[in-house]
Amino acid sequence: MRLRYLALIVYFGFLLLPIYWLVNMSLKTNVEITSGLTLWPQNLTFANYVTILTDQSWYSGYINSFIYVAMNTAISLTVALPAAYAFSRYRFIGDKHMFFWLLTNRMAPPAVFVLPFFQLYQTFGLFDTHIAVALAHCLFNVPLAVWILEGFMSGVPKEIDETAYVDGYSFPRFFLFVFMPLIKAGIGVTAFFCFMFSWVELLMARTLTSVAAKPIGAIMTRTVSAAGMDWGTLAAAGVLTIVPGVLVIYFVRNYMAKGFALGRV
Amino acid sequence: MRKTESNKAWLLVLPVFLLVAFSAIIPLMTVVNYSVQDIFGPGEAYWVGTEWFKEMLRSEDLRGAFVRQVIFSATILVIQIPLGIAIALAMPAKGWTASLSLVLVALPLLIPWNVVGTIWQIFARGDIGLGGWFVNDMMGIGYNYTADSLHAWITVVVMDIWHWTPLVVLLCYAGLRAIPDAFYQAAAIDGAGRWKVFRYIQLPKLRGVLLIAVLLRFMDSFMIYTEPFVLTGGGPGTATTFLSQQLVKIALGQFDLGPAAAYSIIYFLIILAASFVFYNIMVRVGRGDRA
Repeated sequence: MRLRYLALIVYFGFLLLPIYWLVNMSLKTNVEITSGLTLWPQNLTFANYVTILTDQSWYSGYINSFIYVAMNTAISLTVALPAAYAFSRYRFIGDKHMFFWLLTNRMAPPAVFVLPFFQLYQTFGLFDTHIAVALAHCLFNVPLAVWILEGFMSGVPKEIDETAYVDGYSFPRFFLFVFMPLIKAGIGVTAFFCFMFSWVELLMARTLTSVAAKPIGAIMTRTVSAAGMDWGTLAAAGVLTIVPGVLVIYFVRNYMAKGFALGRV
Repeated sequence: MRKTESNKAWLLVLPVFLLVAFSAIIPLMTVVNYSVQDIFGPGEAYWVGTEWFKEMLRSEDLRGAFVRQVIFSATILVIQIPLGIAIALAMPAKGWTASLSLVLVALPLLIPWNVVGTIWQIFARGDIGLGGWFVNDMMGIGYNYTADSLHAWITVVVMDIWHWTPLVVLLCYAGLRAIPDAFYQAAAIDGAGRWKVFRYIQLPKLRGVLLIAVLLRFMDSFMIYTEPFVLTGGGPGTATTFLSQQLVKIALGQFDLGPAAAYSIIYFLIILAASFVFYNIMVRVGRGDRA
């Protein structure tokens, strides 16, 4: 028993130390960072955070990231909900093939799609817009959303649908007012996953944008300059990208484990 | 569940189909198109047949990247799956400690991938990073991941373990919580020890989630790009250049459309074949459970 807790503590230490180190560095001046190793900030400073939160070219990165993540989550959920319902309730021509084909898109390496996406969105005049990144992220988020939602929907007995139809509900009314409240948790978990995968992805987001919709991850690379690395600002920017994740985890913590099992345990 | 036969259900699937078709089929067709032509400029394309495929399959760069990729994916699977199961077993089952553990474990998953790279880039540095400093000064090993390829490898593997073991933990944790108490009571009556409970109750019940975990970890580790790109830039030399990075180098770095497209198709087919096998095993195992 004691060994078990010791192992857990060691593991959590391993998880948290690198993050602590990032936070620690973000509160130091660059002089302190490069002049020697200190376990906690000797001259506590918030200057790095002030730089980011007051410089428009920095904080616009966060806003851009939030916009495309929100768009992606909304689009993914809207199209995935009816599709997942169809997969969980009906048998139709090509349903299994369709499902597998959707999953293959989750398996496609983003690197394969980067170049064609770049050209496709340029042709449609969508290059460097938020919607371009949101649509590109749909490639892996929509299949995932369908997969998770289908798992949750299959857990709702079909008698509920039938009773509602007998009671004279039309399909849209049934779906919006009876069915969706039943799978609230599933929708929440799915939104969490869409948020997560869109928030952490950078390769596509970086390739499809240049100025107007540039994500924070791409802006972070500019801390490398001729004058050397601006470690403090880099660390502060990193810490600020972790914050939304922490908030989201906190809200879904009780459903998360189930969601990770994709409703299929 | 008994399903109704109705092809009208296609109407519900149509939006997903159109959206994914727009962002998957059109780009894939472009890739196929490029892979069989030599493109000099707009309107100047020559049919080259399977020339690019042959060139890519002969390419030393691709083979090297492929071998490194396979070794990498195998290494992290061998470490992450048992470690993930062990941590999930050790985690408290209820109460506030359970919630806290879940939040902590999930933390690395919500960090953007380039920031994961940055965290480890800083942490593992000998001069300003705690990890690098500890290994160098406390353990007296001349550790430098930017110069020594073995050190770079170890750093990338440790980073991936840090980043993705939580996914395995959460999956296994969910699987463990789904085992009814009656199973454990029966085991206690039979006088089964800790090991026997694990071997004959927990492990078989985890089979389904473990397959998902292996599938996801295999797929994602096979596509890894951002983290090693930030951490080592694929170096030193090509020591940590994996398939995606090699591809981006050809496609966006050198803008060699034909070879890059041929490479993409080969790459995608490898993942697809492997995933197809996994998927079929998964479906079969799922059926076995229900029967």
